[in-house]
Formats: sequence, structure tokens, C-alpha cells
Amino acid sequence: MLEYFPLVVLLPLIGFLVNGIHYRKMPNTAAAIIGTSAVLIPFFITLGSLTAYHPMSNNAPHLFTLLPWIHAGAFQVDFAYQVDQLSLYMTLIITGIGSLIHIYSAGYMHGDGGFNRFFAYLNLFIFSMLNLVLADNLVLMFLGWEGVGVCSYLLIGFDYHKTSAANAGMKAFITNRIGDVGFAVGIILTYWYLGSVKYVDIMAAMPAAIPFKEIINYVALAFFIGAIGKSAQIPLYVWLPDAMAGPTPVSALIHAATMVTAGVFMIARLNPIFLAADITSNYIAITGAVTAFFAATIGLFQTDIKKVLAYSTVSQLGYMFLAMGVGAYEAGMFHLMTHAFFKALMFLGSGSVIHAMHHEQDMRNMGNLKGYMKITWITFMIGTLAISGIPPFSGFFSKDLILEKAFGHHGIGHVIWAIGLAGAFCTAFYMFRLVFLTFYGKERIDHHVKEHLHESPWTITLPLVILAIGAAGAGLIQMPHLFFGGTHFLTDYFKPIFAPGREIVEGAWKITAEPHHMSESTELILLVVSICVALTGIILSYFVFQIKQSVPPSDEGFKGFPKVVYNKYYVDEIYEATIIKPLIRMSDWLSASVDKALIDGLVVGVGKFFMHISEIFRKIQTGIVGDYALSIVIGTIAILVVLLYGGF
Amino acid sequence: MQTYISGIPLNYYLSLAGILFSIGVLGVLTRRNAVIIFMAVELMLNSVNLVFIAFSKVLSIINGEVIVFFVMAIAAAEAGVGLAIVIAIHRQKKTSNVDEINLLKW
Repeated sequence: MLEYFPLVVLLPLIGFLVNGIHYRKMPNTAAAIIGTSAVLIPFFITLGSLTAYHPMSNNAPHLFTLLPWIHAGAFQVDFAYQVDQLSLYMTLIITGIGSLIHIYSAGYMHGDGGFNRFFAYLNLFIFSMLNLVLADNLVLMFLGWEGVGVCSYLLIGFDYHKTSAANAGMKAFITNRIGDVGFAVGIILTYWYLGSVKYVDIMAAMPAAIPFKEIINYVALAFFIGAIGKSAQIPLYVWLPDAMAGPTPVSALIHAATMVTAGVFMIARLNPIFLAADITSNYIAITGAVTAFFAATIGLFQTDIKKVLAYSTVSQLGYMFLAMGVGAYEAGMFHLMTHAFFKALMFLGSGSVIHAMHHEQDMRNMGNLKGYMKITWITFMIGTLAISGIPPFSGFFSKDLILEKAFGHHGIGHVIWAIGLAGAFCTAFYMFRLVFLTFYGKERIDHHVKEHLHESPWTITLPLVILAIGAAGAGLIQMPHLFFGGTHFLTDYFKPIFAPGREIVEGAWKITAEPHHMSESTELILLVVSICVALTGIILSYFVFQIKQSVPPSDEGFKGFPKVVYNKYYVDEIYEATIIKPLIRMSDWLSASVDKALIDGLVVGVGKFFMHISEIFRKIQTGIVGDYALSIVIGTIAILVVLLYGGF
Repeated sequence: MQTYISGIPLNYYLSLAGILFSIGVLGVLTRRNAVIIFMAVELMLNSVNLVFIAFSKVLSIINGEVIVFFVMAIAAAEAGVGLAIVIAIHRQKKTSNVDEINLLKW
């Protein structure tokens, strides 16, 4: 099956081209079928390739080249791809969840004027994302990285006639650019010191590259800045909540399940660099923990159903970075996968609600929807239980693994564990707040909306059901000892990816990065503590929103601290005042003084000078043949005189 | 050094060529009618041809005579093209006076 693997990359591109070129004439059904099969077929090819690759015993990546790209002396970059455990894992998530969301979109976007355009963009996104994860070198990964950024921009601003959506798209794009500078610097440093951008060559060159070891913290930091932008961490997370202006399937696919996890994937891909960079790794862990907690607190008071989920995504991404920072790469990748399931599920669930409510997103105008939309309600409950960390749902196992590894981390381990736990408490609280406000309690629904309230069509509910199965069961592949003796499928699966990096760092570079081993009793205590914390959050939420039936006040009704949180700690306003406004003022000044006065003055001045000169000299061109003939004769005589008497 | 061609000194040929050339130049500069200017140009060409022939004979080198054939051939072609242009312009502007055809100017 591996010989068909190039199709995995090519089919979404073909889908994009077909739908993109014919988007005016194509019937909507045809566009949906082409778009969906361009992702579904690659999913099955990937499944087949996974078996053919024998991931549990194979250590050598499968490499193939589609096209030559840049050949400049020693700098060789091709459209070349690397199939190994990590890229297969990501490809399965992208194409699997991607196909479900394509099916969902066929129902959700039904009747939208931009239906075909939407499917073309989605396929382009899948193509870029696959380039990102399957590339065998950093430059192609960067191409995918920028490609998903463009698609994100296009899809956030999908309703481009709405100014808010167009602005949100620009905000996402510009914020990402800041991070991308870091990524580019990282690539340049890597090439400068190791002489290649191919992962295989990087791994081979690292053990002997002692100068590279000296600056490893800066290299890792540069890459991490790229990850901060793409994966919405403090301080560049501000674009992700605004990105909810895009259609809900986009939020589910790009801004929850796949693109925003690209930063986590990058760290996993470059694991030896990050493992050796101890200072940067600590910084990553702290950033992750603080983001996880900070974003969760903002989620506590939001009233827009998608905004809650957006901050929840930022928070969950924080957990992944926490895991990457403490060197628990399997745990991070594990949470990436479970999060993709349950967060895509909840976004699609919220989309189902929004669809049924005729684009009402404010939870203050919902309530008691469980009777109207049974499938949406049950699947959403499963997702909520998974994210809150209730066993045996998937989120519990991945989040608990992260917190356990954080606790075992030397130095700052206990502190970040505590912050992570506080975040978990907030998560359980705000997620059940969302459920109680939406599906339970008093009906606060508008009369006109209520008349049309119904469960969504099968294209919407089918993906919900499949994702719910994943969100419930995906955690079983990696369980602690206390659950039936435990499973460690994922640790074994990722061994060929993470073990060589550990060998380089500990063997060749003599940096010890082994986390503490903890006793089973400590493990048990940690487990019980995190379950208790999650349950406390749920019970508190039940008490406030189910028993007391409290409903968030109107926008002006927030007072004191909740008001600050409801307004997202005024972070956007602070950025506006401290960075954006001064930048704009400086740009205005530069534009007026340097650009308009100096540069334009110089250029226009040169032009004007020659214009005035030419006013005089162009009069020579009379248009009368006789004048020209006379000039020729005079010129010839002058030359003759010079030749005869000039002494040449 | 005095050389003769058929009993006539070389200087005579050269003087005749110079006189013909000057007449040609004056014709080009002073006349207004395009056809007459063409004739003057032909006169200049032929004066140069005379110089070529004269030196070819004196120095006993065939090259000069060969060049003269080329000049004549090209002059014929040039006259054909030139007259065609003059006729085309005449149809448009009802004139062949070069002073009135001055569109290509500043």
C-alpha cells in the first residue's frame, strides 16, 4: 500500500483544483462528493499504509520524492516526504477527522452561496497540512506551515462581506507572521550549523555538532516562537478566539483538531533539539501551564458558545505544550489526538446547535435543548466528559498522563502540575456550565426560532456519532497501571521517533534528561486528586447552573472581577494601546517624513529634473526630414574636419 | 604621383565625384518634393560608385567593382520601397512635399 502513498498528498490538491477552477458551474452535490472523497480516499490509503509499514517493528522511515524543488549548491530541497510513525499518526488524524468534517460541512453549509468555494478551500487546507506533517525537510514543512496559514485566513474570512470576519482573518494572519519569523530563524540556524534541512541528515549530524549544542537553547526558542504563533499560546493566542468568525466546521477542523496542533507536532518532530534545550523546555512548560490556566479562566465567563470552546482550545493546547516542555512527547501527542476527537466533536456539536437555532450563538438565548436534539445532546455530553477528565473517557487518560509527567519533572515540576490542575478544575467547571446553559435549564429560546427547532440531518449527526465513539474510547490505547494493568501502545508506537533523539542527547551530548520515576502510590494519589478536582468543578457547576438556575447577565451586567474576565482581561485593548497604536503612529510618521518627503521627493525630483531638461532639448525633434538631413551633413563635415586636421 | 585611367588623370574622376556628391547633398537639403530628394540621393550614391570604380581600376583590385554592384542593387531596392512609401503618403495626404509631413515630432 505504501507505493500508493503519493496519492495521499496529491488527491486533496486535485480536489482543490477541480473545485476551485469550476466553482462557478459545479453543482453543490458534486463539489461535496469530490471534496469529501479527496480526503476520504487518502484516509483509507493511510490506513493501508499503516499496516504495510509495520509501525511497531519498523525503525526506518519510508522516504519518497515527488518533485525536485530547490537545488542550489549544497542546499538541496525537494518535494520529498517522510512516512514514519509520527507522520502516519498525524496523517490519520488529519484525513480521518478531516473526512468527517467534510461530510458534516455538506450538511452545515447547505444552501450557502460559497458552498463550492468552501470545499475548495478545505481541500487546499488538507493538502497544506499534509505537506506540513509529511515533509522530510524543514523547508517543505515551512511551506505547509504557511499554506495552512493562508487557508486559515481564507476560511476565517469566508464571509468576507462581514467586516468582523475579514478583520479576524487579518488578525490571525498577521499574528501568525510574528511567530513565523521565529520559525524561519530556527530553520536558518539549523542549516547554518548542521548543513542540511532534512530530518534524516539533521539526526545524523547532531551527535558531532558541538557548536550547535552550544546554541541549542536559542535554536529551540526560535522554533518555539513559531509554535507560539501557530498554536495560540501566550502572548500570541489572541487570534484564535477571533478566528471563530469562520464557519463552525472550520473552527472544528483548523482551529481545534489540526492546524493549531502544528506547533506541538513540530516539537515532536524536532524532539532531540528540544530535549537538549533544557532552559527553553522549562520555558515551554511554563508557557503551556500558564496558557492552560489563563485561557481556562477566560472561558469561565464567556457567553458565546464558540468563544467558550475557543478558549478551551487555547487552554488544551497549553496542556500539550506543558507535556512537550517536560519532555513527555508521547503524552503531548496523545493529548493532541484525544483533543482532536473531543474538541472537533464539541465544535461540530455546537455547530449543530447553531444550525438548529438559526445562527444564534449566545448561550443566554438557549437552554433545554436536550429534548429537541437528542443525538447532539448525548454526543456533546460525551465530549464534555472527555475534556473534563472523567474516566474512562479519552481526555482523562491523556490529561492525567501529562499531569503525572509534569509532577515527575525535576525542578519546577510541582508548580506547573499545580497550575495545570487549577486549569483542569476551570475546564470541568466552564464545560459543564456550557452544557447546563445550552441543553438543560429553562428555555430562553426566541419563539420564531423555536418553531423550526429540530435535530440536524444525518450528514451532521453521523460525524458526531463517530467522533463521540473516538472521544470516548481513544484513551484506551495508553492507560496507567491502575486500569487493568495498563496499556502502553502509544509509548511503544512512538519509540522509533523519540528514542533516537534521547540517544543523541544523552549518549553523544551527555545531557541527562531522564524524568523521575515515581512509585505506584504517588501515581494513584495523583490520579485520585485529578479526578476529585474534575468532579469538584462539575459539582460546583451543577450547583450554580442547574440548582440555582443562574444565567449570565447581559453584557453590561457583569460587575467587578467577572467583568474583567468577560472582557478577556482587556488583553486585546492592552495590545491595541501598547503595540498596535504606537506602531500605527510610527508608521504614519515614517510614511509622511521618510517615505513621502524623502524617498518620493528624491525619486520625483529626479524625474522632474529630466522633464524640464527635455522640455528644451526635445525641440530638436522637428519632424521635418530636411532638418535631419542637414544635421547629418553638418555632422559628417565635422567628423571629416576632425579626421583630416585633428591629428588622429 | 600622377595616375591615369584611359589617359585621364585620377584627380579628374575624383573631382567629378566630389562635384556630383555635393550637388546631391544640396539637392537633398534644398528640395521639398520627396521624389526629387530621391533622385538627389541616387546622385550621391552614384558619385560614390564612381570613386570606387576609379580606385578599383587604379589599384587593380576587383573589390571596388563588386561593391558597386551591391550598391546598385540596394539602391534599386531602396528606390522601390521609397517610392512605394511616397505613393502611399500621397494617397493619404495628397502631397509629396516633405515639409508638410512632420507628424513624428516632439
